[in-house]
Amino acid sequence: MKLSTNFVKDYVDIDVDVKTLAEEMTGVGNEYDSAEKMINATKLVVGEVLECEMHPDSDHLHVCKVDIGTEVLDIVCGAPNVRKGLKVIVAQVGAELPGDFKIKKGMIRGQESNGMLCSMQELGLENKFLTDADKNGIHELPEDAKVGEDPIKLLGLDDEVIDFELTANRGDLLSILGMAYEIGAIYDKEVKPIDVSYNENNEDINDTFKLNIATDNCSIFLSKKVKNVTIKESPAFIKNRLMASGIRPINNVVDISNYVMLETGQPLHFYDADSLKGMLEVRMAKQDEKLTTLDGIERELSSDDIVISDGTRAIGLAGVMGGLDTEIEDTTKNIIIEAAIFDAIKVRYTSKKILRSEASTRFEKGLDPNRTYMAIERACHMLEKYADAEIVGGMAVYDTTNKEDKKIDITFKKITDILGLDIPNESILDAFRKLGFTYVVNNETITVSVPTRRIDIAIPEDLIEEVGRIYGVDNIEGKLPVMPLKTGSYDKTTRQIRNKMIDLGLNETLSYILVNDKEAKQFMKDDKVETLKLLDPLTEERSTLRASMMPSLYKIYEYNIARNVKDISIFEIGKSFYKKDEVYGEERKLATLLSGEYYLGIDNSKKVDFYIIKGIVEELLDYLGYAGRYSFVLPKELPEEFHPGQTADINLNGEIIGIVGKVHPKKAENNDVFVFEINLDKLFNKKTGKMKYKEISKYPAVKKDLAMVVENDITNDTIQKQIKKSAGSLLTDMKVFDIYTGSNIEAGKKSMAYSLSFGANDRTLTDEEINKVLEKIIVELEKNLGAELRK
Amino acid sequence: MKEQIEQIKVLAKEEITNSGDLQSLDAARVKYLGKKGELTAVLRGMGALTPEERPVIGELVNKVRDELESLIKEKEEKLEEEKLNQKLESEKIDITLPSSKVKRGSKHPVNRIIEELEDLFVSMGYDVVDGPELETDEYCFERLNLPKGHPARDMQDTFYITTEYLLRTQTSSVQARTMMANKEKTPIRVICPGKTYRRDDDATHSHQFGQIEGLVIDEGISLAHLKGTLEVFVKHMLGEDSKLRFRPSYFPFTEPSYEVDVSCFKCGGKGCNLCKQTGWIEILGSGMVHPNVLKMNGYDPEKYSGFAFGTGLDRLAMFKYGITDIRLLYANDTRFLNQFDKMDK
Repeated sequence: MKLSTNFVKDYVDIDVDVKTLAEEMTGVGNEYDSAEKMINATKLVVGEVLECEMHPDSDHLHVCKVDIGTEVLDIVCGAPNVRKGLKVIVAQVGAELPGDFKIKKGMIRGQESNGMLCSMQELGLENKFLTDADKNGIHELPEDAKVGEDPIKLLGLDDEVIDFELTANRGDLLSILGMAYEIGAIYDKEVKPIDVSYNENNEDINDTFKLNIATDNCSIFLSKKVKNVTIKESPAFIKNRLMASGIRPINNVVDISNYVMLETGQPLHFYDADSLKGMLEVRMAKQDEKLTTLDGIERELSSDDIVISDGTRAIGLAGVMGGLDTEIEDTTKNIIIEAAIFDAIKVRYTSKKILRSEASTRFEKGLDPNRTYMAIERACHMLEKYADAEIVGGMAVYDTTNKEDKKIDITFKKITDILGLDIPNESILDAFRKLGFTYVVNNETITVSVPTRRIDIAIPEDLIEEVGRIYGVDNIEGKLPVMPLKTGSYDKTTRQIRNKMIDLGLNETLSYILVNDKEAKQFMKDDKVETLKLLDPLTEERSTLRASMMPSLYKIYEYNIARNVKDISIFEIGKSFYKKDEVYGEERKLATLLSGEYYLGIDNSKKVDFYIIKGIVEELLDYLGYAGRYSFVLPKELPEEFHPGQTADINLNGEIIGIVGKVHPKKAENNDVFVFEINLDKLFNKKTGKMKYKEISKYPAVKKDLAMVVENDITNDTIQKQIKKSAGSLLTDMKVFDIYTGSNIEAGKKSMAYSLSFGANDRTLTDEEINKVLEKIIVELEKNLGAELRK
Repeated sequence: MKEQIEQIKVLAKEEITNSGDLQSLDAARVKYLGKKGELTAVLRGMGALTPEERPVIGELVNKVRDELESLIKEKEEKLEEEKLNQKLESEKIDITLPSSKVKRGSKHPVNRIIEELEDLFVSMGYDVVDGPELETDEYCFERLNLPKGHPARDMQDTFYITTEYLLRTQTSSVQARTMMANKEKTPIRVICPGKTYRRDDDATHSHQFGQIEGLVIDEGISLAHLKGTLEVFVKHMLGEDSKLRFRPSYFPFTEPSYEVDVSCFKCGGKGCNLCKQTGWIEILGSGMVHPNVLKMNGYDPEKYSGFAFGTGLDRLAMFKYGITDIRLLYANDTRFLNQFDKMDK
C-alpha cells in the first residue's frame, strides 16, 4: 500500500517528516519498504525559453537561453518540443535527479550548457503515468506558470509517499481513512469527517432498477444511479494522488471510483447504465460460462466464481474485474454504481486464477459494511462535484450485514498477565481511546466497543495486542519462565553418527530434497514405490521429491567434478519420500559418496574401491553396536545405477537396511564412484545392547596359517563361515591374508590363505588340542567346499 | 709377580683408553678380565705362592680388577654417549618441511548451528522434537488457525503434492503435532530444528531452508518470558551485547505477534550495509500462542498460555560464519565444506 501523505493529511493533522512517520508506523507493526518524496529531485525551477536556436554542430540539439527569474542560463537541449516562449522545468547546475543523476556545468559539442530542461521521466515519474506528450519530450508547463517558482509544487507533485508492506490481517489499512486512524492513534489526533454530501433529484432508482442477489457469497450490495455525467480529465489533485498511490489516471469518472476506493477501502464498480437492462444480479457462474473481461480476454468460468449479471448473461467477475460490454466509455452519460461485499475466499480463488487487482486485494482481506455505505455516498459527492453528475434519488439496497460495533470483554489483569508488564489501568484505557475504541469499565472488566472498520479484532487477545502496540512493549523486562528443573532430551544417535562419519574423514553436506523427475527414481528399485511430484514446481529440475538420498549426493558429486575437485568424500543424514500402497511417507537415511582418493590415516590416501566404502559401513555399524549382526549379500533387486559385480545389500538380522556399491560405469563414465545408503528408521528398529568390557585372556593365543585352493565362485564369506562352524569356541580371530590366482593354480580356481588365532580364557592351549581342531577344519573344508589344502 | 700385575695394569689401561668403539672395549675386557683373561691367569698362578704372599697378591689383583672395571665402565658410558650423539646427528631433519597431514571430515555449518542451539535449549530443559517434512495441510495450516482460503496463506507460497499433502512451509507444524501428541496436556518446552520449503528462489531466498521453532506452554506464561528466553538465545548466538526490539506483527498462530530485531552485531547499531543503515536486523518471528491454536490442539486457553518463536537457521549460519550467499550452503563445494573442520568458539 502506497500512502500519499498529502492525501492522508486531509483526514488527520500531522506535521512530521516522512521518515519519522514511517518509523513510527513500523513501531506499531506496519513495516515499510520506502519512504520518500514522490519526485525526488533538487534545485528545480520554472523557466521560460527566451531564445531557441539549432546547435551549429548537431541536427537535433538546440541552444537555448532560459530565464529562471534570477538569471538567464545558456542550456543545450535535445528535446524535439523545445521552442521559444515555452515554460519549462529547469534543473540547475548542482541539481540531483533520481537515479543518482547530478547536473553539472558542461560543454556539449562546443556549446556551454548550464543546466537541463527536464522531462517527467527524468524526474522519476513512472512510465505508466506518462502522457504521450511527456513520453516524447520535455514537460510543457502551463503558460501562466511563474518564472522562478518551484515547478513540483506548481504541478501538485510535492507529495511524500510511504510504501508499506502491510500484514495480512490489516485490511483496514488499505484505505486512507484506516491509515488516518492508525496515525491518529500514534499521535493522539482525531480523524476528521469525510464529506458525503450531495443533492438528489426527485426520481427513485428503485422505480427503474432492481437487484437480485442469488448467492450467499454476497453479503451487501448497494446501487446508486447518476445521470448526465461529463467525462473529462480529472482535476490535478485527483490525478496526482492516484499516481502517488500507484494508480494510473484515466478520466474523471474512472478516477473517482479509484479515488473513493483509496479513501474508504471499499472497491466500487461503475456500469454504463444504458448498457444494462434495468437490473443487476449476483450469482455463481455456471460451469464453463464465458465472459470477456475489461482486458479483452475471454474467460472460462467455474461454479466457484461469483459473477454479476444483467439478468441474461455475466457482465463482470465480482470483486475481480468488470466485463468489456458494460464498461464506462467516453460517451457514457448515465452510471449505475455498485458498492458490495463479496465472499473473501471466493474472490481470492477467482483473483488467483485471473488477476490480482487493487479491488480483489481489498475484498480478500474483508471489508467493513459501514464503509460500503460511506463509499457509495462519497462517490456521489465526488461525481456531482467533478463530473457534473445529477444524482438520482434513493438507493437499491441488499444488506444482510451486521453494522454494530463488536463488544469484547477483557480484564485489566488478563492484559498485564499476558504482556508480563505492569501497565497502569489508565494507560490501558488511554490506548483504547487513542485507537478510537469506546469502552465501559465495570470493576475489573473493560467492555470495549470495536468499530466495524477493525475487522481484524475479534477476541480478547486481539485487544491485548492493541494495548501492546500503542503502549509499546519495548519497556518489557525479559525474564525466564519458572518451570520445574528437568533434563532436556535430544536424538543423540543421529549426532553420534554424524560425528563418527566426520571422524572417518567425510564432509557433511546439506542437499536439496527436490530433484528432477528422472533423478527421483534413481538408485532404488521398488516397483511399488511411487515418487511424489509437486503440483506446481518452480522448475522441472526441482519438481519431484527424492525417493533416495543418493541422487542428491550424486548431484553434489557432479557439481564438484565440474569445478575440478576430484577427491570427494561426503555424507548426509536426511530424508527421502515415497508413496506406497496409497500411504505417503518419509524415511530417515544416511547416504555416503566417495570418489577419488580417500584418506586412510596419517599421510595415507588410497584410490577409493569397494572395500574402502564397505569398511566405512562396517566401522559405523560396529560403532553403533551391531558388530557380528550384519552381512553383505548379493542384491535381490539391483537398481540400474549400480555396478552388477560390485554391489551388495546390507543385511542386518535378516532385514535389508541398505545398499552399498559402485556406481554403474554407464552413469559415472570417467570416475570410480562408490555410494552407500542406510535406512536409519530400519536400523534404529534393531535394538542394541550397552557397550560392555570383555575380559582379556591371560593366556597367549596361538596363530596358525591355513592356505587352500577353492573354486573361484566360493566366497570368502562362505569359507569363513565354514571355518567358524568347524572350529568352535577355541577360534578367537580369523583374517584372510592372501588371495592368489595365476601360475601354479588351476584355471577357474583361486588360492585363499587365512591366519587363525586360537585361545581360551582359562588355559594355554596344547598343540594336541589345536591340531585336533585344525584337522577338523581341514576335513570339513575339503568335504563341504571341495577345498584342497596347500602345503 | 707384583711387576707382572703392574704391567698388565698398564697395558690394560692403555688398551681400554684407546678403545675407539664398544667392540674393541669389550675385546679388551675379555683379554684382561675374562675367564681366560690375563689377570684371571695371574690368580690361577697363585697356588705357587706362599701362604703369606697369597692375600697380598690377591688383594692387589682385586684392586687392579676393580680399577680396570670402573675404567671400562667409564669408557663404556662415554662410547655409548658418543654413539647416541652420532645417531641423533644422523637423524637430524628439516623441521620446516610439510607435515604428514591428519585429516578429519567437517560438519555442515547449518548443522553446527542446530547442534549449538540444541545444546543451549537442552541445557534449559527443552526437548528437541522432530516432525515430518512431508506434512499435511491440517498440521501445517489448519491446526495453526489458518483455515483454507485464509489470506495469510499467501505469506508462504506452498509446494503442494496433493490438495492435502505438502512440503511444510514452517517448523510451526510441529507445534500442533507436539500439543496433539501430549495426551495428558501437561506443560510443554520444545524446540524443533528442521528443513522447510517455500515456492521462492533467488539470491536471498532458497526454496529449501532451515528453521528452528520453539514452543513453551504452561500456566502463567507471558510475553516477558518470551522476551527473556529470546534474550538468552540471541545473546548466546550473536553476542552478549545484543539488544532486542519487538515490533508488533501478524502471524495467524500467535496473538499478540512480534517480529524481533536484534541490534546489528556488525556495526553495533550505528548503521552499516548489513543492517541497511537501520542498526537493526530482523531475525525472528514470535508471539503468544493463539487461543484458537491452544484450543484446537486440546489445551484449555483459560488455564494455559504459551509462547512460540521461529527463526531461520541458514541466516544464523551466514551471520556466524560470514557467508554472503545462501546458495553456498546448498552447493556443497568440497572447498567450502573443508573449511568447517574447526572448533566453534
